[in-house]
Amino acid sequence: MVAPAMDRTVKTASATQKLTMAKGLNMGLRAAMEADPKVLVMGEDVGKLGGVYRITDGLQKDFGEQRVLDTPLAESGIVGTAVGLAIRGFRPVCEIQFDGFVFPAFDQIVSQLAKLHFRSQGRVKMPVVIRIPFGGGIGAVEHHSESPESYFAHTAGLRVVSCSNPLDAYWMIQQAIECDDPVIFFEPKRRYHERAQEVDLSVPPQPLFSSRVLRQGSSATLVCYGPMVRTCLDAATAAAEDGIDLEVIDLRTLSPLDLDPVFASVRKTGRLIAVSEAPRESSLTAEIATRVQQECFYSLEAPVLRVTGFDTPYPPSKLEDDFLPDLDRVLHAVDRSLAW
Amino acid sequence: MQLLTPEGERVHHPDFDIDITAEQLRGLYRDMVLVRRFDREGNALQRQGQLGIWVPLLGQEAAQIGAGRALTDRDMAFPSYREHGVAWCRGVKPTDLLGIFRGTDHGTWDPYEHRFQLYVIVIGNQVLNATGYAMGQRFEGKVGDQDGEATMVFFGDGATSQGDVHEGCVWAAVYDAPVVFFCQNNQWAISEPTERQSRLPLYQRARGYGFPGIRVDGNDVLATLAVSRWALDQCRTGNGPVLIEAFTYRMDAHTTSDDPTRYRLADELEAWKLKDPIERVRVHLVKQQWADQAFFDEVQAESDELAAGFREFCVNMPDPPPGRIFSEVYADEHPVLAAQRDEFLDYLHGFADASTGAQGGEH
Repeated sequence: MVAPAMDRTVKTASATQKLTMAKGLNMGLRAAMEADPKVLVMGEDVGKLGGVYRITDGLQKDFGEQRVLDTPLAESGIVGTAVGLAIRGFRPVCEIQFDGFVFPAFDQIVSQLAKLHFRSQGRVKMPVVIRIPFGGGIGAVEHHSESPESYFAHTAGLRVVSCSNPLDAYWMIQQAIECDDPVIFFEPKRRYHERAQEVDLSVPPQPLFSSRVLRQGSSATLVCYGPMVRTCLDAATAAAEDGIDLEVIDLRTLSPLDLDPVFASVRKTGRLIAVSEAPRESSLTAEIATRVQQECFYSLEAPVLRVTGFDTPYPPSKLEDDFLPDLDRVLHAVDRSLAW
Repeated sequence: MQLLTPEGERVHHPDFDIDITAEQLRGLYRDMVLVRRFDREGNALQRQGQLGIWVPLLGQEAAQIGAGRALTDRDMAFPSYREHGVAWCRGVKPTDLLGIFRGTDHGTWDPYEHRFQLYVIVIGNQVLNATGYAMGQRFEGKVGDQDGEATMVFFGDGATSQGDVHEGCVWAAVYDAPVVFFCQNNQWAISEPTERQSRLPLYQRARGYGFPGIRVDGNDVLATLAVSRWALDQCRTGNGPVLIEAFTYRMDAHTTSDDPTRYRLADELEAWKLKDPIERVRVHLVKQQWADQAFFDEVQAESDELAAGFREFCVNMPDPPPGRIFSEVYADEHPVLAAQRDEFLDYLHGFADASTGAQGGEH
């Protein structure tokens, strides 16, 4: 059978494959664990079950119970022991099962994880990654749909990133694990199992703490991260049908912010709409707006606008479609900006 | 558990007895006298405005020296913030503690070199960190025989109410972590008595976690040394964890900012003075003729010299440069912080320029 054999040859030679974000994260974690025996995965249900979202699927089977730890149900314990393991020289990757469950660990994150390097004048490194599935849109009960990234971006000593697509997920988790600083790694849970994308793993990744222009445009700029990237790309596609040419920037890094691509974009378009699921007051979008008005004051044709969640607790799920920014709310803001 | 009564009488215990030579006991005496002396100097330096605050250990010398001298070079210790005696045993210079209380740093010793981590001020945090470290010792296969490693973590009676201490006990139990939980029950968490933290004696909590808990006379350096050695050996041979409650008394205030006369009676203090950890050793050394007056004089002179050096060092400590605010916040480069630092240093530099300009008659 000649034809199938040729098919296989073609497949093997090609570096591209189809990946979901969940699979990308899983493969990235596996690669990191293979590369460094000091990398540990720890969290609730991450072992036999493979995590409630199956991100750690199969890892315990292949790396054993001392490298993939099903932990007791205590988030402060997960992070607090990870700090101790890092002092010992390990590189723990903690999974917090849901965004709204990270708060028992907040003390250890803010008081120890974030400050130990500073306190010890650099003698104690804290290469700990805390993975947090975040954001809404999955019809969940309370505490399962939150966007707490600003708390962490506001904390000195932490780095905060968010992936938005399968290829970034694969690379960014590995880069975060290699980082000698603590990284809070936000994963947009509603994008975990979206349609797989064709990706080429042979292309070297861009640096972790850098933003990326995903779509060039000239009418206005959309800046976003995590779950809102898909929403903004869809909005740009829709706007193009009306002759509006939107530029879309995926921040990827929330601390440190890499805003040079945003400044360059705003100097070109004169208009910026910052999009995030998180509540608005004192949020990352507020920081972006401030920095853009400082750096691009004379380039702005309209005030920086924001499309965000509201300053409320996350609502019951029957109301989340109203709470979450969607394509229409983004386009509405674009219209307001263009009409200014 | 007691091996030396407050009257200096040596008593014996079937499980935790200890062989101690005259030289070893003189060493423990010297440790306690020196630690008490620089601790008192710390209080004085605060009263004279040289320190922002001091956290006295007065009364807890035996608990800390007993535990500290039980640790081997292989073991790791995680302190709270009153462990000046343990720091001493780990070779941390007393002067290295000063910056924390003078406000020049958050601790300058190398936690790996001394096998003594930095002070932790948030109550109970270090218990989880120590447990994680001990899990790492086990994962690396460093546990199982007399050459094994162990971890000891220090906290107070107040900390036992913290979730982190509970979680640390749970984790240590389920992962067989080689960690000794060393609780100094000094009877007071600032103004709150131990009865505000627990209905039952603290050491009994260990039973609920499934590992041994022992109460030891924390003012008896021989007893704390014996029990700590046993507990560390249990851990290093793979039979940890262990909880030790060192029953002692905080003879001074919580810190120099505290006023204990508002919440406790002088009678209580007087009763505990009779159980002084140093005096009973002195009496025993004399009774056994293990030390003569020359020895006591020598230790006294050494302690005064230590205190003088401590004071001298303190009053001459320079303020750190403003750039220290920004250094070592991150291990790797952080462009946003670097820009903030440069902006601030430029701003400061502007004053230097203005001052130079005024002198030169320009501007």
